Formats: sequence, structure tokens, C-alpha cells
Amino acid sequence: MSKTKVCILDYGSGNVRSVYNVIRHLQFDVVVTNNTKEIRNSTHVILPGVGAFPSSMKKIESSIPLATLEIEILEKGKPFLGICVGMQVLADSGSEHESCKGLGWIGGSVKKLCADGDGLSLPHIGWNDISITKQSQIFNGLKDYRDFYYVHSYAFDVEDKSHVLAHTEYGSNFTSIVCKDNIYGFQFHPEKSQRAGQLLLNNFIKMYEKE
Amino acid sequence: MKKNRLIPIVLLKDGWIVQSKNFSQYQNLGNPVATVKRLSEWASDEIIFLDISRGDKYDTKRNDQGYKNRGSFLDIIKDVSDIAFMPITVGGKIRTIKDIEDRLLSGADKICLNSMAIEDISFINQASKEFGSQCIVISIDAKKNLDNYLVYSKGGRHMTNFTPVEFSKIVEDNGAGEILINSIDRDGFGGGYDISLIEKVVESVSIPTIACGGVGEWNHFSEALEKTNVDAVAAANIFHYIDQSVYLAKKYLYESGFNVRKPDLIKI
Repeated sequence: MSKTKVCILDYGSGNVRSVYNVIRHLQFDVVVTNNTKEIRNSTHVILPGVGAFPSSMKKIESSIPLATLEIEILEKGKPFLGICVGMQVLADSGSEHESCKGLGWIGGSVKKLCADGDGLSLPHIGWNDISITKQSQIFNGLKDYRDFYYVHSYAFDVEDKSHVLAHTEYGSNFTSIVCKDNIYGFQFHPEKSQRAGQLLLNNFIKMYEKE
Repeated sequence: MKKNRLIPIVLLKDGWIVQSKNFSQYQNLGNPVATVKRLSEWASDEIIFLDISRGDKYDTKRNDQGYKNRGSFLDIIKDVSDIAFMPITVGGKIRTIKDIEDRLLSGADKICLNSMAIEDISFINQASKEFGSQCIVISIDAKKNLDNYLVYSKGGRHMTNFTPVEFSKIVEDNGAGEILINSIDRDGFGGGYDISLIEKVVESVSIPTIACGGVGEWNHFSEALEKTNVDAVAAANIFHYIDQSVYLAKKYLYESGFNVRKPDLIKI
């Protein structure tokens, strides 16, 4: 029996249920919580997200014990995955509606997608493929199934490009997967991306599974 | 590059999946959970789930098959979202902000408005402010009257004065994120999309448009993708009668060189 226990952080994000469903479907032990003890006892932490940066950040600050989380992730190196806005809040700051501070775990800022011309509309909704810019175990077994499901108008402009694992094109290139050490972020929704999404989630969990 | 989507539409009437013809004849097809699971395994890009029941009685009638019997539409959405790892749009009988919230909390990713959008245009605005444009799909049912198309509400029973083009612009201005355009005349006949209707709507707005109504063969999908700038092609009936339908349709489009996601049969 694996001792893996995935913690999905609970701050009222709309997609918690689908993230929970897919992790459970992958047959891992999973809990949705913002309880300090549960976060400490988990092996992996996922921060789901839908909606705008400032309101998400406010909810995160008011409902998640950030001091504990930072000890677990930044000091102890527990694997962390942010999804969509959950990835964006890793940045130093965001500019959606109002300027707002992020968690600042990965350098850079969140900016509106540049989709001018080409008749492209925002938000960027739908399936789009990723271009891998840096090899990682997270892509194991993906082959050429590289389409993922996106819903967003803003993207993470990562300062240090060596933290970018993949980018996606919509008008211009934006970061679709970011990674700094044990901290990952997906701009797409793996929980809505069928097999390709499940594969990346499964890799993220397995990569850091302890025997 | 962003892909064109292939979307099965599932019509639910009193808890059962039905086939619709001309918005007036319905044939029962089976249990929603089993159907959606199949559609998901066949790698649909998305699913649109419309409740066309007139009453409030839901009975999935399938406790014999190992699926829970369900008495409410929200319970059915919950069951469906547990097994479909793709975006789910839910429509039918949405009249309040609370109705939208309930559906999103039950597992819907987007909601689809029809009659309510026509009755109270400000409701679109209110809904998109509350939940974001990306979450609000407006379905427009159109019917040809002499040389003109007109928008109908209440499941095709009530004629309005809007042309589909006028109404599409109005919903876009009020914050709609997508338009689902359906031809009442073509519904259930399998003779192909109403290309001229779709083209008119697509060209009048900049938000994504989903074509619906009339698909009877795979090349009807390609016809719409070829002749118009639709973002997505949808159909209902055709997906229910052929084993691995969505997969085969996707494979057809992919092999014909259309910009769709690579087809993949998945075991979920």
C-alpha cells in the first residue's frame, strides 16, 4: 500500500470537485481541506483554481494557513501543483482588474494574454497543444497527445525561462507549464483534459511517491 | 494551435436521455450516466447536457443496471461529472443566479441559457458578471420564416421578433461567452447543418460559435468546418446510434486534415 496522500487545498474554488474526482479516479488517497494538520500529513499538495487572480488570492489568504504551507512546500520540499489561477498565484504579482500581490514562490508576474489581431477572442477557451521546452519526468508516456483544456485570459510571465517546461500558442506564446524544484503549475485544467490531463497528474504524484 | 471542438449534446427528459426530432418528438434512449461515460471514453472534447423536461419529475429508471436511481437534475449532474473528465455545459430551466450556482456546484463548468436570455437580456449580463463570460453559453434556436430566420424560445414553441444575427450581437454585448446556434427545421432530420444560418451568426460576433442541428453523416461536420468559421461542431442523435461514434467522427475529421484533437479511445 502506498502512503501517498494528496491534499487539495480548500478555499472555495469552483473546480475542487472535479480535481478531487480525477485524483480519486487515479486511485490515490485524497482529501479536500485547509486544515493545518492535514496539510502537514499529506505527501502532495494541489491548489486548484478558477476565476480572477485578486479574488482568488484574497480567498487563499483568508482560508489557507499560508505559514504552514510555506514551511511544507518551500522548506520541506513537499511537491506542490497549482492549477490555472492556482498556478498564477505562484507569481510575485498579478494585474487582473487591479494590481495584486501573489505568493511569490516563482519569479514573474501575471499578465493579460496578448491575443490581438488574428481575430482571437478572450478568454482563451478550449483545447490547445503544448510545446515542450524542457524535458521532465512529468511528460513520461505523453507521446503526441498534447492537447489540454484551457479557460483563461491571463497567463504567467515567468522571469527565469529555465522554469518554463512548456508553452502554448494563442496569439503569442504563453507559459502552460512552470516548474521550480518541487513546485509545478499548469495553466490548463488537467482535471478536464481527459487522458492527457490524467497522465500528467499521475506523473506528478508518482514522481514524488515514497516507497 | 487552438483546436475545433466536436461536442455531443445529450438531451435529458424526465431523467432519461432522449432523441429529438423537430423539437417535438422524443424517443427514449437510456440512462444518462451510462451514456456520458461512453461519450467520455470516446474522447469527446466537451459535452452539452440539456434538460428539456417540462415538469420536475426525474427518474433514471435504471436501478436494475447498477446505477443509482436519481430524483433530481442536480443529482444527475453530480453523477455525470464524477465520471466525465472533460468540460460539461449544462442547460435547461435556468431562471435565477442561484440556479446557475447550483449547477456549477454540482459539477457543471459552463451553463447554457435559452428562454431566460430572451425574456430578460440583463440576466446574461448579471450572470456573466457573477461567474465570468467563459461560463455563459447562450443557445439560440432559430427557424426559417419565409425568407427570414427568427429566434424562438421555450423549446421552439414561442416566436420572437429577433433575427438570429440581431440576437447574437445582443448576447455578445451583454457578456455571453459562446453561442450555440441550433436550427429547429433541421433538428433530427440528419440532412446536414443549415450552413447559411450558421455562417450569418458566426460572422456577426467575435465570440466562439457552436453549430448544431441536422448532422446525419460525419461529412456534415466537415462541411460546417470548411464553409464557416465555427469554433465547434455539435450534434445529438447521431452520437447515440453508432458504437464509438465520437471517436469515429473525430478520426474522420483528423484524417481529413481538420484542426481537431488527435482521436484517442480511452479506457476511463
